[in-house]
Amino acid sequence: MPWLQKLFFIFMVKPILLIVLGINLHHPDRLPKDGPAVLIANHNSHMDTPLLMNLFPLSKLPNVRPIAAADYFFKTRWLAWFATNIMNIIPIARRGDKKQGDPLEPLSDALDRGEVLIFFPEGTRGEPEQMTELKSGLAHLIKRHPHVPVHPIFTHGLGKAMPKGDPLIVPFTANIHIGEPLFWQGDREQFMAAASDRFRTLKEEGNYGEWE
Amino acid sequence: MAFLSDVMETILDMNVWANPLVQVLLGIFVLLIIASIVNHLLKRSRPDKNFSEIGNRIRSWWFMAIVFSIATLIHENISLVFFAFLTYLALKEYFSMIPTRRADRRVLFFAYLSIPIQFLWIYMEWYGMFIIFIPIYMFLFLPIVMVLIGQTKGFLKSIGAIHWGIMLMVFGLSHLAYFLALPEAMNPLAGGAGFIIYLVILTQLNDVSQFLFGKMLGKRKIVPAVSPNKTWAGFLGGVGSTVLLALLLAPLLTPFTWVAAIGSGVLISVFGFIGDVNVSALKRDIGVKDSGKALPGHGGILDRIDSLTYTAPLFFHFTNFFY
Repeated sequence: MPWLQKLFFIFMVKPILLIVLGINLHHPDRLPKDGPAVLIANHNSHMDTPLLMNLFPLSKLPNVRPIAAADYFFKTRWLAWFATNIMNIIPIARRGDKKQGDPLEPLSDALDRGEVLIFFPEGTRGEPEQMTELKSGLAHLIKRHPHVPVHPIFTHGLGKAMPKGDPLIVPFTANIHIGEPLFWQGDREQFMAAASDRFRTLKEEGNYGEWE
Repeated sequence: MAFLSDVMETILDMNVWANPLVQVLLGIFVLLIIASIVNHLLKRSRPDKNFSEIGNRIRSWWFMAIVFSIATLIHENISLVFFAFLTYLALKEYFSMIPTRRADRRVLFFAYLSIPIQFLWIYMEWYGMFIIFIPIYMFLFLPIVMVLIGQTKGFLKSIGAIHWGIMLMVFGLSHLAYFLALPEAMNPLAGGAGFIIYLVILTQLNDVSQFLFGKMLGKRKIVPAVSPNKTWAGFLGGVGSTVLLALLLAPLLTPFTWVAAIGSGVLISVFGFIGDVNVSALKRDIGVKDSGKALPGHGGILDRIDSLTYTAPLFFHFTNFFY
């Protein structure tokens, strides 16, 4: 139902981003125009995914697919409907849940179809405005698609505005730093180190200081 | 629909064009059209040079002029909502820029609430409450919230930063809107909106001419540690051109005698400078260049209205005292 998704973005996401939050976009020219591509970002808030999707024009939205934990988003029927129809997620089983074969296969298929994946390699939202170590599931996926660019995106501010477990929204401007694309270079550890390194550079570029 | 036909009627009404506010705003649009044409010709004749910075600036000026005209001309309540929103954007930019404590989320939430309340006093034309609400009630209330949260580490720094922000952004900028609540008799020619447009045009022109004079003639720096681009030549050039424009616009927009016009020109120029370097010092302290990216070529909202945080309250009390 792409039109429902469009309505949701026009009447919910865009007004909230415009009025309540506000965005400073750094290096917009580095954003891929089209898929296949993978965006990896730090995860602080439920607003992260709509914010990243909103970087693309409305016409491209059906082509942008956030990767989300199946156990979390399929908990209730309403949430499952929302995640599938509005957010257009690709559900994935978290590590340790190996009932059905290869968990990365739907992601591989999506990249083959030329879609843009949104991936949070930290795995969970965690403490607001603090990055944790990246999980290596990403490397396993990119190994199979060495020609797909991976764009690290560092966001700051959303964790302050809507942190995990606090229902009160406090207006803060979000900063989005888009990084240069990374490619698979043959080694898992090397790739993960390069990705972490890219995140560190983007974070330093913002110079935001710690949230005491 | 009734609203739309009201607007159409206003536009078709011949008296509208005799309104000095409309004439001054039209003058601004004429200047912007000339600037756009010159920029376009420059781009054509020198394709090797990059004019995107100037082009961005002009486009942002267009945007600001259009929004500002709509906000001040159509209806007083629309102006109030516009100024409240502008205040909110400035405060949001400030709170997003400064380091804040995790514990202060609720304090910031209440700080934002001061905006609708402050503008409610303006709507009610309750001057006494308008003038004491922030420096008495908000300043005494926010520490209570903070004490109840109970995080004492960084208490002083935090309450200082929050209070200063509300003082500059909410209290300072809301004075722009209170011009609308002043009695019509104070400015029979152009009303409260006349004072606002006078103040905003002079403040913005002062910024631009200080920049231009500084670029052309500036050598001796005034406050090199805070703002290395500010020079005595820029400052004096700004004072000169602001006073000149203040004299030219005064008969159209204000009831001022020429003495009062010179006085307000000097006041706006000097305190516009101080408001500007004030925010520069803040940005330098926390290590950022622009307060945001809201206006291409101009940085954030705060970069554009930093001078107004000083000129608005001071010019307001100047007019209120003498007229």
